[in-house]
Amino acid sequence: MTGAGMAPRELLTDRLMLGLVALVALVLGMPSLKPLFATLYPGLDRPLYEAESFIRLTLDHMALVGLSSLAAILLGGGAGIAVTRPWGREFRGLLETIATMGQTFPPVAVLALAVPVMGFGQEPALIALTLYALLPVVENTVAGLDGVPAPVLDSARGLGMGPAEVLFRVELPLAAPVILAGVRTAVIINVGTAAIASTVGAKTLGLPIIVGLNGSNQAYVIQGALIVAALAVVIDAGFDRLAGWLTQWSQR
Amino acid sequence: MIIRLPLHNRVALLMALAAAAAAVALPFLGFAPNRLLSGRPVPLWTAVQGLGGAMVLITALALLATPFLRPTRFGLGLTVAAGGLFTAGLVWLTGAQAAVLAQGASAAARTSFASGFWVMAAAGLLTAVDAARRLGLGAVGRMAVGGAVAGLVALQLASGHLDSLSILKEYANRRDVFADAVLRHAMLVATALLPTLLVGVPLGIAAHRVQAVGRAVFPVLNVVQTVPSIALFGLLMAPLAALGTMLPGSGISGVGPLPAMIALTLYSLLPIVRNTAVGLDGVPAPVREAARGMGLTPRQIFLRVDLPLALPVFLSGLRITVVQAVGLAAVAALIGAGGLGAIMFQGLFANALDLVLLGAVPVILLAVAADALLSIGIAAATHSIGVLPGRSAP
Repeated sequence: MTGAGMAPRELLTDRLMLGLVALVALVLGMPSLKPLFATLYPGLDRPLYEAESFIRLTLDHMALVGLSSLAAILLGGGAGIAVTRPWGREFRGLLETIATMGQTFPPVAVLALAVPVMGFGQEPALIALTLYALLPVVENTVAGLDGVPAPVLDSARGLGMGPAEVLFRVELPLAAPVILAGVRTAVIINVGTAAIASTVGAKTLGLPIIVGLNGSNQAYVIQGALIVAALAVVIDAGFDRLAGWLTQWSQR
Repeated sequence: MIIRLPLHNRVALLMALAAAAAAVALPFLGFAPNRLLSGRPVPLWTAVQGLGGAMVLITALALLATPFLRPTRFGLGLTVAAGGLFTAGLVWLTGAQAAVLAQGASAAARTSFASGFWVMAAAGLLTAVDAARRLGLGAVGRMAVGGAVAGLVALQLASGHLDSLSILKEYANRRDVFADAVLRHAMLVATALLPTLLVGVPLGIAAHRVQAVGRAVFPVLNVVQTVPSIALFGLLMAPLAALGTMLPGSGISGVGPLPAMIALTLYSLLPIVRNTAVGLDGVPAPVREAARGMGLTPRQIFLRVDLPLALPVFLSGLRITVVQAVGLAAVAALIGAGGLGAIMFQGLFANALDLVLLGAVPVILLAVAADALLSIGIAAATHSIGVLPGRSAP
């Protein structure tokens, strides 16, 4: 299923490969599009966002999304596992209430509220993104572990597996596709929220967009928007691929 | 002598401990002489006073006792009341203390909620909602508990008790702007909803009837949903601005409500189309056959069988759409669409934190209120069709 083993025709219709090529081309090649933007917007003194390189912004953006998602997977997955164990069952209702209620809070409002509580900068953005990403991960971890059929659990225990073995060798592998879907939701939301995080002092791909909007520089807006959109599409396609592999693997 | 207390509610215990820790270790309020200086922390114990103080103390003691109450209707009812009244009492204290602090300070002095307030208020509310769940109350019942607490806070708001808090001072300074922003925000959501329903419902019906339609439409809508809102707003700007230059006098422009409406509609289509199709797909074939056997025409079957049975799933799509659109409309303020997001971003760009609150808190309240109203609608629609064999509630 990797690019190397694909026929040329498949490569042309592969969303992940196409998106990846487009993303890399946009990030690396944006500076060479300067003449194009200069022609499109003759009125602009600076037709290319140069305060920060797009490579730097893209890496920072991915780092913010990656770190917050990782923290959310560890914390949210852990909480989801805890409340499906006999000793943690009592907290399940509480966790579900928080997850459902929290997801009705718009991400942009959560991000904005982080500022009065924690101030401006990279860290408040990271914490806000982590908190928001927790919710779909928790919800899907609980749903995924719930969906494991009781007879399967019984036979695993009958084979002499201990609780930890049942969790890691039976429950988590079977729940993996559902958990992955939650992670995907969280990551896709975070790619967008991280862009808006430029308004609370984080350096991400949203920066050219915000600077462009505030300074009426449409070229900046387009440059930032194109790369963010490509990044989101690539990550989504990547999750698609991952989900396919995971389904194959868990049915094996 | 050691007395072993029987522990019946570990959730209440955790929340009581969190609230106790926040009461001791975290600032309850922040007080600053003016907007530019950073505030000094005001701990809870210096703020406890008067009627509200008594209520907070009593309910706090009750909250410390609730983990050990037996889970009878009385015990759980007491837990619900203690949690809810504790949160409402905390809000009362913020207003009372802000009024005290305002005496002898300049008009520019500001009192804002600090982290301790947020942690304690959340702990009280979550204890109440969790106890309501243990009481066997459904989603609507739990919402009623939240609504009762919100009502107590609304009473304090209406009576002017909270007017010395800085968020309400910001509100008083821009009363007209705020009312306009709320209206405009709601209008943005509503105007995006109209084209969404006009296009999305027929598209969903088509996707249910003809598989090829679904195969063509869903991948496109999925990609749209993936693109971050700020990027879609940005990408719509250029073509709309170009169109505006080509058609002078048309009023089309790259900024303002038009690109916001288009983007909101594009995002809103997926949940509407998907849930219309899924809802119709879920109508059991035997029910349709029975209707046909009774001599109903295809049109009658659609109106009297398909539509009511698909309604709960459709409504949950509508709920996702509306809640999502409330948040997206806030982002749309960045391209000049106005609304509550404009107040929020103005606060962020000017480092005016109370202004951020004045924008962000109503956005959250709007989303929660829309969610609650539509959830009640879904519960009613599900109830009215009863339980069908082989069909689970959405």
